[in-house]
Amino acid sequence: MFADYSWGELGSIFAMQGFAGLILFSVFVLMALGLAIIFGQMGVINMAHGEFMILGAYVTYLMSGLFQTWLPGLFGIYFFVAMALAFVVAGALGMVVEWALIRRLYHRPLDTLLATWGLSLILQQTYRSVFGAREVGVTVPSWMMGSLPLTNMIEVPISGLFVMVLTIVIAAGVYLLLYRSQWGLQVRAVMANRTMAEATGINTGRTDRLTFGIGCGVAGVAGSAFTMIGSTGPTSGQLYIVDTFLVVVFGGSASLLGTIASAFTISQTQSFLEFFLSGSMAKVLTLLAVVGVLMLRPQGLFTLKLRK
Amino acid sequence: MPPKPPSPPSRRSFLAGSAALTAALFLPKHLKAADFPTATVNTTGLAVTDTEVTVGILHSVTGTMAISETGSVQAEKLAIAQINAQGGVLGRQIKFIQEDGASDWPTFAEKARKLLVNDKVASVMGCWTSASRKAVLPVFEQHNGMLYYPTFYEGLEESPNVIYTGQEATQQILAGLDWVTQTKGAKSFYLLGSDYIWPRTSNKIARKHIEKLGLEVVGEEYYPLGHTQFNSVINKIKLRKPDVIYAIVVGGSNVAFYKQLQAAGIDLTREAPLLLTISVTEDEILGIGGENIAGAYACMKYFQSLDNANNAAFVQAFKEMWGQDIVIGDVTQAAYLGPWLWKAAVERAGSFDIDRIREASPGIEMDTAPEGYVKVHENHHLWSKTRVGRAMPDGQYEVVFETAELVEPDPFPEGYQ
Repeated sequence: MFADYSWGELGSIFAMQGFAGLILFSVFVLMALGLAIIFGQMGVINMAHGEFMILGAYVTYLMSGLFQTWLPGLFGIYFFVAMALAFVVAGALGMVVEWALIRRLYHRPLDTLLATWGLSLILQQTYRSVFGAREVGVTVPSWMMGSLPLTNMIEVPISGLFVMVLTIVIAAGVYLLLYRSQWGLQVRAVMANRTMAEATGINTGRTDRLTFGIGCGVAGVAGSAFTMIGSTGPTSGQLYIVDTFLVVVFGGSASLLGTIASAFTISQTQSFLEFFLSGSMAKVLTLLAVVGVLMLRPQGLFTLKLRK
Repeated sequence: MPPKPPSPPSRRSFLAGSAALTAALFLPKHLKAADFPTATVNTTGLAVTDTEVTVGILHSVTGTMAISETGSVQAEKLAIAQINAQGGVLGRQIKFIQEDGASDWPTFAEKARKLLVNDKVASVMGCWTSASRKAVLPVFEQHNGMLYYPTFYEGLEESPNVIYTGQEATQQILAGLDWVTQTKGAKSFYLLGSDYIWPRTSNKIARKHIEKLGLEVVGEEYYPLGHTQFNSVINKIKLRKPDVIYAIVVGGSNVAFYKQLQAAGIDLTREAPLLLTISVTEDEILGIGGENIAGAYACMKYFQSLDNANNAAFVQAFKEMWGQDIVIGDVTQAAYLGPWLWKAAVERAGSFDIDRIREASPGIEMDTAPEGYVKVHENHHLWSKTRVGRAMPDGQYEVVFETAELVEPDPFPEGYQ
C-alpha cells in the first residue's frame, strides 16, 4: 500500500501519525487522571466522571461568553481562567457529592456504581434543562485553533500541543500531591488501611472528601480542555467514560504510572491500527488486545505490591 | 375513491347533497365540524370528538437524541398551533399528547403502543433515528396507526403506515454528487461515516454512483458512534489527497471531526479538498461552531436561508414561538410538514380513518411548504428539490445550487443495492 508514495511522504506520514498517537495519549491520560485518583485510590466506581468533565466544559462555555461580552480585550487568555474555574466548580460539586452520597457507600463499593450512574443521569438532565438539549459551541481563542506548519506535509495542531503540555503539568501535579505531600501520604494510608489510619489520627472523612473533590476537579479541567477538540452537550460525557475506565483498569487501578503506561499502550495501538485499518476495526482490535492482556494479568499492567 | 358525503348538513340545510360532496373535494378554508359528524368521519374509534381531535408527538426530549429531536418537536407544535388558528382539521381543534422516547428504542415502541392503543390518537408525528422508526414500525402496522416521519434516512422501506416527509438516500445523495463533479470537477472521493446503517447505506449508494460516473473512491471508512479522535483519518486524507471528502459523521463526533480537521491545517474554504456532507444541518453547526466548518458544502432539501415567501413566514413564526436565536435545520422543516400533510389528507378523505387517509395521501400537493412545492408520491415519500448549501461563518448556509425539477423519491433504487 506504500508503493505510490515517495520516501519523503512516508516519513512525514509516520511523523504525523506518531504525533496523532501522542495527542491521543495525552487525551487519554488527561481524562483518566481524575478517575485514577477516585477509582484507584478510593475504590469508588464513579460513573459520573464524564459528567464532571462536561461540567468543566460548560464552565468554559460560560466564561467564553462572559469574556466576549465584558472583557473582549482579554479573550485570548480566557481559557486559562476557565480551566482554573472548571477545577474549582467541578471540585466543589465533587465534594458535595461525596458528602451527600459517596461517604455512605464506602463499605459497599459496587453500590457506588449504581449511585454514581444515577447521579450521571441526574446531571445530564440538569445540563439539558439549564443549557438546552442542543450542543453549545465554545469559542476558542483563535491562537489555539490553528496549526504550526513544520514542512509542507507535516502540520502540528496547536490544540494538540496545548493538551500535551497541560497533561504533563497536571500529571506532574497529581504525582507531587499523591507521593510527595503530607496529604498524599494520608490518602495512601487511608487507602491501605482505613481503621489503622483513623487510629493514627488521620481525619479520614476529610481526606476522602478532598480526594474525591480533587479527582472531580481534574476531570473538570480535562473537560475544559476538550472543548478544543470535542463537543459540549448534555450527554457528551458519555463519549469519554468507556475509554476512561478502560485506561484506568488496564493500567492497574491503584497505580499512577500504570495509568500513564496503559494510556500510552492503548493510544499507540489504536492510532497505529487506525492508520492501516478502518476506525471501527481498529477499535475492535484494540479492545481485543486489552481483553487478552487482562485475561493474563487481571490486576492490570502495574500494581502496588501488597502482602496478601 | 370519492370521499363519502357528510350526512345531512344540519345547519346549512339549503345546500344540496351534491354540493356538500364537493365541499369535501375542494377543501374550503373553514370547514365546520357540524358538516362532518363524528360518527361518519371516525368509524374506527379514534380520539375524535365533535370539537377536538387528538394526535401524538413521539420524540426524544431526554437522552442523547434530544439534541436532534428538540427542533422537530418545536416544528410540529408550531404547525399544530397554526392549523388550530386557521380553524383546525374538519372543524376540530387539534390536541396533542406528547410522549418521550428517551433516546431508547424499546421505549419508543412502548410509547407508540400507548399512543395508539390507550390514547387512540388519530396520527403520530414522531421518531428521528432509523432505529427508533424500525422499533415502532410493527406497532403501527399491528394497530393500524399513521406515522409522519421527518428525518432524511437510508431508504429501503415503504410502509403503508408511515409518511416519510424527509428525503430518502438517493434524493439527497445523487444530486449532490452530480453537482460536485460537474461544477467543481471532482474526480476522487474519500467516503467517511459513523458506523451504523444510515451512513453505510448512503455511502454504498454514493460509491455506486461515483463508480458509474467513472470516477474514483480512494478511501471509505467508518468510526464508532461517539468517536472523538479523528487525527488518524485526517492523516490518511492528507496522504490520499482526494478532491472531495464525503462525510456522513453524526452526533457529538461531528464536533470533534470538524474541529480537528481545522486544527490539522485543512482549511475548508480553500476547497482542497472540498468537503461535502449530508449530515450537518444548521442545528449541528451550533455545536461545531460556524468558524470551524465555514466553507464546507451540505446537500439536503432545506436550508434556513432559503429565499422564498413561504420560508420567510415560517422562519418568522418559528422564531416568534421559540426564540429569536433559534436555528432551523432540514429535519425541523420536514417535521413541520407532518401535521399539514395529515390535515390535507384528512380533508381530502373527509375522514379521520387511517385507511381513508392512506388512500387519500398519494398525490397531495402542498405549495405552502417552507422548502417550496412538495407532493406526496405513491410510495409515501415526498417529491422534493435537492439543494447544496455552503456553510458560512455565522452558522447559516448560503444556497449555491438547487435541482431544476422535483426529485422523485426512490426508496428501493435499482442498481444501488
